[in-house]
Amino acid sequence: MSIQQSMSLATPDAPALSTVQKIGVSQSVVGLVILLLATFNVNFPNKTLFLCLALGLISLGVIVFSRDAYLKKLPGIKNDGVWFRSSTSRGVLGWATGIFLTAFYIVLYFYPAYLGLGDNAPNTGLVALFDPLSQLLSGRPASQWFVYGTLYTVLILVFGYKFILKYRHNRYEQIRTVSVMFFQLGFAYLIPEFMYRMNSTLPYYDLKNVWPLNYYFFDDWSIQGFLANGNIGLAFIFFGVFSTFVITPVLTYKFGKRWYCSWVCGCGGLAETAGDSYRQLSSKTMVAWNIERWLIHTVLVFSIVMTTGVIYSYLGTDSAQSWFTKGVFISFVIGFLSVVFAATMIFKHKELGKDAKFGAIGFGLTIAALLVLFFTGTTNEVFFIKSTTVRTAYGFYIGSIFSGVIGTGLYPLLGNRSWCRFGCPMAAILGFQQRLFSKFRITTNGGQCISCGNCSTFCEMGIDVRAYAQKGENIIRSSCVGCGICAAVCPRGVLKLENGGMDGRINPTQIPLGNDLALMDLMNLLRTE
Amino acid sequence: MENEHIVILGNGISGVSVARHIRKLSDKKITIVSGESDYFFSRTALMYVYMGHMKFEHTQPYEAYFWKKNRIELKKGWVSEVQTAQKVLIFEDGTTLKYDRLVIATGSKPNKFGWPGQDLKGVTGMYHKQELEAIEAYAPNNQICKRAVIVGGGLIGIELAEMMSSRKIPVTFLVRESSFWNGVLPAGESEMINRHIFNHHIDLRLNTNLKEITSDENGRVKSVILQETGEEIPCGLVGLTAGVSPNIDVFKDSEIETKRGVLVNRFLETNIESVYAIGDCAEQHEGIGERRPIEAVWYTGRMMGETLAQTICDNRIAYKPGHWFNSAKFFDIEYQTYGWVFSKPREGEAHFHWKHADDTKCVTVCYDSSSRRFLGINTFGIRMRHQVFDTWLNERRDVDYVIENLCDANFDPEFFKHFESDIISAFKNEAQVEAA
Repeated sequence: MSIQQSMSLATPDAPALSTVQKIGVSQSVVGLVILLLATFNVNFPNKTLFLCLALGLISLGVIVFSRDAYLKKLPGIKNDGVWFRSSTSRGVLGWATGIFLTAFYIVLYFYPAYLGLGDNAPNTGLVALFDPLSQLLSGRPASQWFVYGTLYTVLILVFGYKFILKYRHNRYEQIRTVSVMFFQLGFAYLIPEFMYRMNSTLPYYDLKNVWPLNYYFFDDWSIQGFLANGNIGLAFIFFGVFSTFVITPVLTYKFGKRWYCSWVCGCGGLAETAGDSYRQLSSKTMVAWNIERWLIHTVLVFSIVMTTGVIYSYLGTDSAQSWFTKGVFISFVIGFLSVVFAATMIFKHKELGKDAKFGAIGFGLTIAALLVLFFTGTTNEVFFIKSTTVRTAYGFYIGSIFSGVIGTGLYPLLGNRSWCRFGCPMAAILGFQQRLFSKFRITTNGGQCISCGNCSTFCEMGIDVRAYAQKGENIIRSSCVGCGICAAVCPRGVLKLENGGMDGRINPTQIPLGNDLALMDLMNLLRTE
Repeated sequence: MENEHIVILGNGISGVSVARHIRKLSDKKITIVSGESDYFFSRTALMYVYMGHMKFEHTQPYEAYFWKKNRIELKKGWVSEVQTAQKVLIFEDGTTLKYDRLVIATGSKPNKFGWPGQDLKGVTGMYHKQELEAIEAYAPNNQICKRAVIVGGGLIGIELAEMMSSRKIPVTFLVRESSFWNGVLPAGESEMINRHIFNHHIDLRLNTNLKEITSDENGRVKSVILQETGEEIPCGLVGLTAGVSPNIDVFKDSEIETKRGVLVNRFLETNIESVYAIGDCAEQHEGIGERRPIEAVWYTGRMMGETLAQTICDNRIAYKPGHWFNSAKFFDIEYQTYGWVFSKPREGEAHFHWKHADDTKCVTVCYDSSSRRFLGINTFGIRMRHQVFDTWLNERRDVDYVIENLCDANFDPEFFKHFESDIISAFKNEAQVEAA
């Protein structure tokens, strides 16, 4: 249907930017141009000044823009014209942004020399522009990762500010955003730099970055780096393992995976702030949901097998040297996975329904791969190929291409959470737990839903929230990151994110509250039986 | 009869609900007829398409495969005649369709009260998809449409005002009553909404009637003239939003009995066997409880569909809606209601009204002044839980219990500020003042 196509000659679509907003955009563009000029080796006389100028102008532009866009209106939902703007509806600007970001990621990951990273030589270009800041924080020259980390943090901070203004009537959104801003600035950015200053041999460690998202945590160099640092290093290894196996399940049980995905995580942090304008672009089709389930669990299996392979390759075989041999380790991994699998099947078989079959396939494949690993692996080889190759392949395809180039580069085309939705192995584990062992759910408010579809449209994870709400059914989906936007945009107050008891959490219904009670009983029993 | 053919006229929430539930219960052949759109969409969401929050496809709750998978046939076309004796529908294009049972779910159409100029180009309701397309054509932006005039202060009127202001088109909003929607809302609430409308820079004209709509040389709206003052307001669009009435013209010449709507009994059956009516177009001989004989509300259409599916599938049951509830949104202020709160307390009733100082939140509770039984609540800017009020109404709780336990009913998102203690102390103060 061509409802956006006006019969008139003037373009009805994109709401025009105000003068102040245009000034804001120009400021940010000037900031970006400084960075681009530095990339193309324009040698700025005073790097500190121009770096401050670039980052300052980018930030100031966003701040000026957001204040004009939101503070001049009454508090409320601010989605006017989202589907008319070229930048937020896969128009020319959207595609251009997508291509630019993708190109940036390719250069960043694979050709850092183009950014000016010095190979045993002083930095030049863009990386050199960031040298003064890096010297200030950690006392070493910048790397391409420092440049990226700085820009990433600045974006989360300034777009976080924008998001807070946009949702200034909604304290859940505000507090959540302050949280991701805090964790990015402190845990991902400043603390690792200061840690380096205090102890330069410690590997980079973002304390909130949990395996398997942090897929390199168990790499040989990482573990060796920690071990070389005595007690503090041991403490970090212990904390890393503790995060994965204790903190994460406990918090997810209590609050759902949102405690991580939309309150702490850096990937989530960027998606929720800089990526917020693209949340409506996620696909809500059943086809997309099916792709999501296969893809994300495949990545999970891959990451478990890869990590096991990596650890396996540097463990010994002689139990006289250490009790923790290759054999013990593989047995331990298989034993752990079997316990999780058996417990799920025994206690949650009913809730899983036909998905149990797919769970069994995934489990079977993982175990089979681990057994093959054990019987064919040598010190250097797993699956008859060099163990480093598996690790490199994971780092290349998942760590770089999927999470970076596709996940973030294609924000303006696939929506802001495509990595979190289709690829993140951490999200897969948290989601599995959220679906089966968590107090979290989105409650629907009786019979108030009018099927308008705002909730589904603005779900960044592509969940068809309306399909549940219009039946009066709680939303318990493994992919839900608990951003709360569905509840915010609902015009009838139908949705609420809650933590409650496990009983009656999953409540498949056919007829929502409001109708004849006998009829509700009749139809809703029919379904549960 | 398992292989009988059920034909449903109208693909709105009523028609689609009955179809879905018949399919759950049986293998009957089902055909949904609509001239308005290819697929079911949420009418209440049309405003968001104009505002750019959603695309039209987002208003469709089911993907295209759904209909095939559930073996629900969709036929596009307008019916021109119903021959109940032969059980056949005749379409405008001359084709026919046989049915064994017919469900009339044709919804509403905007009211027009015979204003001069009401059929000019650029004069439209805001109900059908085609009307949205007309609005898009005549009011694409504030260059082509320099002002919109909205006639009728109800739920659709204020939505249209919000739509226009999303594209920065100035709005004059003509409301016949002395305050917005005050036939339904108590004065404190209605006046708060008046102020909110003004805060959105809408030129709200209370106590104002439309006299006529004038035309330019091309048969397009040029201006409106007001009844009271004779003032002429130039405009590019006139929205007629003075309520809706059943969309049943096509049945007027048939055997099916009609009044304002298609008359039905409690089983949603018309006077003709195997012909039923549900949703906005159905009229009960007498309203059920305090409900009106015609209920043009989203969820009542859905509930009638859920109920009628049982009857059609050989479990004949009456339509028995539970406690009244509803909701709406006035620009940024959400409104919910549970139970009955009338604009003025009726004989033997009392109202308790609380309003927050920021003028965007208020609550009105209605109770029986002698037994103190809780009768209903209106809430603005604070979300409340349907389930809890439904339970309290079933349990016939008194007003003191409800006020005391109001926080159990709160449905606002986490970390939102709570106002229950303010409300409780205001309620107690009022009681003390009354006692003194």
